[in-house]
Amino acid sequence: MTTQGPNPAETAAGSTAVAEPAEDAKRGNGKKNGKSALSEGKRAERRLAWLLCAPAVIVMVAVTAWPIIYSLWLSLQRYDLRFPDDTEFVGLDNYVAVLSSGYWWTAFGVTLAITVVSVAIELVLGMVLALVMHRALVGRGLVRTVSLIPYGIVTVVAAFSWYFAWDQVYGYFTGPDDAPLTQTIPSLLIIVLAEVWKTTPFMALLLMAGLALVPDDLLKAAAMDGANAWQRFTKVMLPVMKPAILVALLFRTLDAFRIFDNIFVLTKGQNDTSSVSMITYNNLIKGLNLGIGATMSVLIFISVAIIAFVFIKLFGTAAPGSDTEGRR
Amino acid sequence: MAGSLLTAAGVVAGCSSEADNVVTLYYALEQYVPHIVATCNEEANGEYQIVHRQLPRDADGQREQMVRRLAAGDTDLDLLGLDVTWVPEFAEAKWLAEWTGEDKASVEEDTLEVPLKTATWDGKLYAAPMNTNVQLLWYDKSLTPEPPKTWEEMIEMSRDLKAQGKPYQILYTGAQYEGLVVAFNSLVNSAGGQVLSDDGTEVTLDDKARRALEIMRQMVDEGLNSPSLSNAQEQQVVDSFSPGDSQAAFQINWPFVYAATRDAKSPRFENLAWTTYPGVGDNPGRVTVGGFNIAVSAYSEKKDLAFKAARCLRQAKNQKYAAICGGVPPTLESLYKDEEPIAPCDGDTSGKRQSMVDAYPMRDDILKSLETAAVRPLTPVYQNLSTVTSKILSPPGSIDPQATLEELREELNNAVQSQGVLP
Repeated sequence: MTTQGPNPAETAAGSTAVAEPAEDAKRGNGKKNGKSALSEGKRAERRLAWLLCAPAVIVMVAVTAWPIIYSLWLSLQRYDLRFPDDTEFVGLDNYVAVLSSGYWWTAFGVTLAITVVSVAIELVLGMVLALVMHRALVGRGLVRTVSLIPYGIVTVVAAFSWYFAWDQVYGYFTGPDDAPLTQTIPSLLIIVLAEVWKTTPFMALLLMAGLALVPDDLLKAAAMDGANAWQRFTKVMLPVMKPAILVALLFRTLDAFRIFDNIFVLTKGQNDTSSVSMITYNNLIKGLNLGIGATMSVLIFISVAIIAFVFIKLFGTAAPGSDTEGRR
Repeated sequence: MAGSLLTAAGVVAGCSSEADNVVTLYYALEQYVPHIVATCNEEANGEYQIVHRQLPRDADGQREQMVRRLAAGDTDLDLLGLDVTWVPEFAEAKWLAEWTGEDKASVEEDTLEVPLKTATWDGKLYAAPMNTNVQLLWYDKSLTPEPPKTWEEMIEMSRDLKAQGKPYQILYTGAQYEGLVVAFNSLVNSAGGQVLSDDGTEVTLDDKARRALEIMRQMVDEGLNSPSLSNAQEQQVVDSFSPGDSQAAFQINWPFVYAATRDAKSPRFENLAWTTYPGVGDNPGRVTVGGFNIAVSAYSEKKDLAFKAARCLRQAKNQKYAAICGGVPPTLESLYKDEEPIAPCDGDTSGKRQSMVDAYPMRDDILKSLETAAVRPLTPVYQNLSTVTSKILSPPGSIDPQATLEELREELNNAVQSQGVLP
């Protein structure tokens, strides 16, 4: 919220609560001139702002912070629903158990591989699709609608149609002795395919928003200077689109890292195809081991936080959520 | 996250209100259930009314639904349909009401010993056996008029048949799932071993288990299994045996093979024969028992009615209906000698009145197998044990008897102590 340019409350404060030149307030630089003059009124406004936010903050804490804290607390306990009498505080034992488990690291590797491969493919295909949708001269509406259909289908339903397509008995992509969904690499490829098919339109949508930012004049000027189509794409369009691309990449990476439904339907995590979410589900819901399950949830939470952090650090000011981005 | 989930389940469940005499039955979606529920409701004459809440067809889905609600202390569940492997888990978690007194006596009467063992945990009866099941050895009597008595004999016959260019394959459920655990458990027990100690606290895999692993590996090495062994579940096994050009000579599978092969109009049906599960060396075959039990939830607020309803649901005439019309063998010994036909099954338009003799030509062999059958390891952490076992044994071609045995011992030991991580 606070990064979305000049705060309307601040502007209002500048113009009404305090005697301040109206032009300054309108230009949004009241802050610079009237630091001391503003302070009292501004403080009151801040207080009001906090009070106004309070209900939302309380709800957020109740529905987000509390479960996170409770998960952390569970992860420090031996807590298996099948042995209710053996529940006890065990410190970091669960973390040791999970982090020293081959199953966890296999799942982690599989998740990373699926994330990197599918997001990379989606970026390329999404860009192509975005360009097509952006440039389409005839039937633009139709092209956009058609390409968005996969995104509109419920993931589980789409996953089931992929499942039956590759099924040993009913599948129209397989023969009677051919069961790709029971082998690791073919299964992973099918999972990536299902992911890409499903979310490329989403990527394209986000990228299209970026394409709209590229001024036609700039492209025309570049063309006038002798830049060919590829140069115009890499030297003009991509730099201007960078923020949009980063948003798209960040969203999809975080999303892909939490992949669950496609794997659940396609392989149930058999033959080393579990993602971290899948293995967490197996331990928590199937295995009834709240301690280990909560530990895994916390580790996923940390991984996701790291991914977000890396995006923001690596891409600096252009990254979504960084201070300057919104005020450009 | 788990906490909020569980609370949510509790809140949702808490909202339902029902008439005082309604007993809910959480049982898999099976075609014979509505009939036996209706029979009991009629007999109860208003004392109780059973309402069937259908659970998914797959075992994991059934277990998950019940477990989630029971973990939240849901009082809405009265009767639970439990796979034979779930009783220790549910009992240890204190989710099941114990059967005592007259209820217990009625369950013990006429019920076969091995199915009864699957309903018992820690010396107490926690469930009533509804139906049972055992795998048999199915073979082609034109190829092997005298069926093998041991795995060694079967391997030799298969080898000879292969050399003669005849169908030779030995089929069993080798995919990475519960079926592979059943196959392994039957082999270990037939070799004279056991996976866990009787109290379920110790891993007892020894030389005998090693022998079981050797047999599984040897068949792959000699190419005596089907190439799709590592994808084979029950249905694939019967499907690879039925066609006229099938390369299979033997299959280890449940009794549904008989009806499935007949209904598929398989050219091999006329030579299809069966016998009990083969032994290993000098040891007789001990096949793994399957089936379903019915239990009363510890959180039920109508336990008295629930016990009554459960007794009604598993009474002889209902078990007989389920056996003939639903294909699940009964747990009452007397029904294996019963030859009285019943009224046509619901929905059967041919009006055929079948008896146990028509539906179970293999009933003597089922009964014989049940007398010596092995239970799957009785432990609250069976789910972990099963997941880990099928993971380690898959695919059977990758088994290295000594190394696999050691890996199994270590991982199962972790599982039994509910330590370590599930794959």
